[in-house]
Amino acid sequence: MVKVDLTFIDSVLDKHGHSKTKAIAIMQDVQNEYKFLPKDALSYIAEKLGMSEAELYGVATFYENFSMNEKGKYIIKVCNGTACHVRKSDDVQEALYTATGMKPEDHMSEDGLFTIERVSCLGACGLAPVCTVNDVVHPAMTPEKMYKLIAELREAEGV
Amino acid sequence: MKLNSREALQAFRSECKAALDKQKYKILVCGGSGCLAAGSKKIFDCLNNALVSRGLPVQLSIEEHVDHPEPVGLKTCGCHGLCSLAPLIRIEPAGILYMKVQPEDCDEIIERTILQGEVIDRLVYHDNGRAYSRQEDIPFYKSQTRVALANCGHIAAESIEEYIAVGGYSALEKALFDMTPDEVIAEVSDSGLRGRGGAGFPTGKKWSQVAAHKDAPVKYIVCNGDEGDPGAFMDCSIMEGDPHKMLEGMIIAGIACGATEAYIYVRAEYPNAVKRLSKAIEAAEKYGIVGDDIFGTGKSFHISISKGAGAFVCGEGSALTASIEGQRGMPRTKPPRSVDHGLFNAPTSLNNVETFANVPVIINRGAAWYKSIGTENNSGTKAFSLAGNIKNTGLIEVPMGTTLREIVFNIGGGVRTGTFKAVQIGGPSGGCLTEEHLDLPLDFDSTKKIGAIIGSGGMIVMGDDTCMVEIARFFMNFTKKESCGKCNTCREGIPRIQAILERITHGTGEMEDLDMLQELSSVVKSCSLCGLGKTATNPVLSTLKYFKDEYVAHVRDKKCPAGVCRSLCTMWIDPLKCIGCTKCARNCPTGAISGELRKPHTIDPEKCIKCRECKLGCPKHAIKEV
Repeated sequence: MVKVDLTFIDSVLDKHGHSKTKAIAIMQDVQNEYKFLPKDALSYIAEKLGMSEAELYGVATFYENFSMNEKGKYIIKVCNGTACHVRKSDDVQEALYTATGMKPEDHMSEDGLFTIERVSCLGACGLAPVCTVNDVVHPAMTPEKMYKLIAELREAEGV
Repeated sequence: MKLNSREALQAFRSECKAALDKQKYKILVCGGSGCLAAGSKKIFDCLNNALVSRGLPVQLSIEEHVDHPEPVGLKTCGCHGLCSLAPLIRIEPAGILYMKVQPEDCDEIIERTILQGEVIDRLVYHDNGRAYSRQEDIPFYKSQTRVALANCGHIAAESIEEYIAVGGYSALEKALFDMTPDEVIAEVSDSGLRGRGGAGFPTGKKWSQVAAHKDAPVKYIVCNGDEGDPGAFMDCSIMEGDPHKMLEGMIIAGIACGATEAYIYVRAEYPNAVKRLSKAIEAAEKYGIVGDDIFGTGKSFHISISKGAGAFVCGEGSALTASIEGQRGMPRTKPPRSVDHGLFNAPTSLNNVETFANVPVIINRGAAWYKSIGTENNSGTKAFSLAGNIKNTGLIEVPMGTTLREIVFNIGGGVRTGTFKAVQIGGPSGGCLTEEHLDLPLDFDSTKKIGAIIGSGGMIVMGDDTCMVEIARFFMNFTKKESCGKCNTCREGIPRIQAILERITHGTGEMEDLDMLQELSSVVKSCSLCGLGKTATNPVLSTLKYFKDEYVAHVRDKKCPAGVCRSLCTMWIDPLKCIGCTKCARNCPTGAISGELRKPHTIDPEKCIKCRECKLGCPKHAIKEV
């Protein structure tokens, strides 16, 4: 379980003037810090903004980018926008699951290293298919390149 | 330093222009998303090192003082457009475009091109045995007309000083000092500018409706930068490559409508655009172009950025404003329209990035000039992103009414592999254009007539290796996930359609399914609440119309002609490519592959479970699905 630092949350709330209309920006800042939205943080934000937990949870779950689950050290986003799809991003995605030993329903690999996300368009369509590892873009991916990439990340971690 | 009068702005412009003109050479390194991904930042550093190590007077911004009469400008610019050949650099004044530049090329570029004035042949564009050293001569650029993207790739993207040097904010100057707000609106109306976000609503009309609320205590200008269509990146390129042009358009809109507050709603997937826009707003505030008392006129305009959080439906106006208000981004019934009750219930003009980027040039050069580009009722240009199975992927801008043939075969250079089949235009809300539409002049009205839309301008080219049924399934999968769930037909209808398409691509569809698809799609189209639902089934309806034979092949013959739908394909090893390395046989979990070492292998379709382990591992790409 992640321990939530309430003074940090307070600083975020201050930055956005404790405004209910900034709920999304506040949650974005919190997620930037923890990579996901810890439950305790959500309850605290809801209380401070004068919203019910259900209301804030409703906003958080509406948007694809907010996650309620803990993330791995490397967040790998495989683009499945139309351009990437037409250039066979499915094969890249499949190779990624094989290489990490993960299943589509897993939020994080067992060793805590990887989280796989499938996103619709990263805006680098000219280099399709692309993936990002912690927001660093890897262009023109192939299954072979994906195997190599995962092996390199593992090696860097000494696994 | 606040520019507190017209004279101050003009004096500052001459100062910036003089500084820019002093640069003998300008090296523009592309900093668009594509080139950054291909490593352009490293190229920038290497070029800088190469210049410094030779003792050349490098100037990284025109504000920087360099003790030399003719410094070399090195800058990061916006997207050049030819993303498939990234990273790109442009060298002025010769107009040379170097492509696929690697760090090890940098020394040579400085040595030979900057110092000796030679062109390095291997780095320039080659086509049909001809080398093109000048960017403007390359066929990809020759047929384009750049209006919204005019500065993209030609000035430092993050520099307000360079923007001002090339005439930036002169339209704002004109709108503030030489025109009344009504005249500004009249000019935009006369130009025939229509919303570039997809719907094509006349911009001037929208502004006049907001301006008509004379007594409203606050009015808003909102810029829609939530470019959600997968496969579209024009707005991203404008926000990243020429953010000030868009800001200028927004400020002019504010003055015309009498609005003082503005929001830019940007997708969170565009971190670069957010960064450059923030920087641009900060710079504009520094010079008093944004904020209170603009150029001493007493007028105010404040801009904030609101980051999206990943919801396609937020491209719809009322959903977008709900999202800025911090709520779930769900559309509401209209009317009232956002021009009357928009953001925080105030009159709001919501326009797209590219629409705003067209405004300054209309004010500067006049409605008549703008109308001379494009076709009747569809004036001006349109930016498109070209992607998919095409040789020159990237960003283009052409006059409205340009034919698909011109775009795909002349500018785009034709398909990359196989033969041309279709172009998906307008993303998940659009339809497909086929061979029979190649000579159709593309504009808002002509595409609507054939069941597609220009949309925001994403164009995905598809060759014969793309299965149109699978593409329809892909889009339904997307809209199913992105439906906000508010109205019944969209929430329940799309998953039903998707399930049928899923069945068909798995080979268990029946002929009645095709009628059901047609019927359901029409119901979702006519009964949904917002634009997402109303257009979501366009990909199904248009593929059914133009590629019915593919549907029939899937349903009746249990075949996927493009070899994409896995359940309908068999794995096959090309004996001409197989080198008999035995890797596939070892990878196969069911022992379906047999063959001797160094001899072509074969797959037993009875044992094969189509897991594709063999295909993914084959070093010679000899295994295919047929």
